[in-house]
Amino acid sequence: MLPAALEEIVEDFRTSPREMRLQMLLDYSRSLPPLPERYVDAHETLERVAECQTPFFVAVEIEDERVRLFFDAPPEAPTTRGYAGILAAGLDGVSVREVLETSPDFALSMGLGELVSPLRLRGMSAILARIKRQVVMRTETSLGG
Amino acid sequence: MSVPFDTDSKLSHYAHPERLVTTQWLADHAEDPQVVIAESDEDVLLYETGHIPGAVKIDWHADLNDPVTRDYVDAGGFARLMSAKGITRETTIILYGDNFNWWAAYALWVCSLFGHADVRLLDGGRQRWIAEGRPMTTEVPRPTPTDYPIISRDDRSIRAFKDDVLAHLGRGPLVDVRSPGEYNGELTHMADYPQEGALRAGHIPTAKSVPWRRAANDDGTFRSVDQLRAIYLDEQGLRAEDDVIAYCRIGERSSHTWFVLTHLLGLPNVRNYDGSWVEWGNAVRVPIERPGFPAAPPAGSAA
Repeated sequence: MLPAALEEIVEDFRTSPREMRLQMLLDYSRSLPPLPERYVDAHETLERVAECQTPFFVAVEIEDERVRLFFDAPPEAPTTRGYAGILAAGLDGVSVREVLETSPDFALSMGLGELVSPLRLRGMSAILARIKRQVVMRTETSLGG
Repeated sequence: MSVPFDTDSKLSHYAHPERLVTTQWLADHAEDPQVVIAESDEDVLLYETGHIPGAVKIDWHADLNDPVTRDYVDAGGFARLMSAKGITRETTIILYGDNFNWWAAYALWVCSLFGHADVRLLDGGRQRWIAEGRPMTTEVPRPTPTDYPIISRDDRSIRAFKDDVLAHLGRGPLVDVRSPGEYNGELTHMADYPQEGALRAGHIPTAKSVPWRRAANDDGTFRSVDQLRAIYLDEQGLRAEDDVIAYCRIGERSSHTWFVLTHLLGLPNVRNYDGSWVEWGNAVRVPIERPGFPAAPPAGSAA
């Protein structure tokens, strides 16, 4: 199961020629929204995703049952930034339930394996796993009071 | 007419100074029609964000590796790649990249498997070029395809396979260039690269730990020849008559060390075991050494 926005991104990648997919990933890396000021000042509250090859941080908030995502990835790591851009465009603002139901291996069906070593594609799944874990943690916290 | 070598005084002390160029040399020779600059990076998108003007991109995964078998492209594939990048057999290829030139050294090593004569590294790579404020562009060159000949890959002289390493145990130095944590078996992968893991941790018996990073300065350039001699010749005792094999995890960091030993120190018989720990640490019944555990069986008994 994929939320509609993410499904559309996956479909765009899958149906685009190889060269185009690289350009699309680059566009997502450029369109990643900057980290909000409140996180810049409180960087320690972000979770580091150790599975990524470069420093990569994610923060999750729940707002009216919807998931808000914030990322910090350095410009010199455009591929990881591209992953973040895709997740921001595909999952930010989506319901808690939809995020938790997102198929963990969606990245494998995007045709990126020809571009990025399959071994290294798993960074995207690792980011998603961290997001889900934080969503679960924060939902339980809010339910518990 | 060949492209002149860089006569920079630091480079001139290396065993094969013709294998390295400085950023200034590259700035001066970038327009030379016999020179092709190629960027090879860890990050598959870095080239697209900006590269040295005129540079083409050679991707270690998409261009140099076979898409199905864990191996390099064959003679036809290499000729097609070189042709598409505007490289002839006579071209001087200048390679550079991110991450201390790991993948640039890897690409240089692969070019050497195909016997391309004149292939050089940019000392300091992408990091130094940018640090010096030199120009970058996103403009991608469109080279005219060349008639690059189909040359068979020679895997005998500078490449080692797993069986070669098994046969090598006890007969010559093995250099493990991974981090100490990987060498000591505390990690089955490099920090931050858990997806390139192995089922078993430790190192190949008889291998000495000499992390690749010791050969590099913080600015990405290679250490001076005296510093390199102190590490590899004085401390490690490597000698010209040794048959040396270097390995890491998938062969990129050991390409860096292979370059140092072969071209900067001039050791004539150095091979890169590109299967490296991702192969060895997953292979059945190969001997492994790990601190705190009984010694591995003697060489030969695991065959």
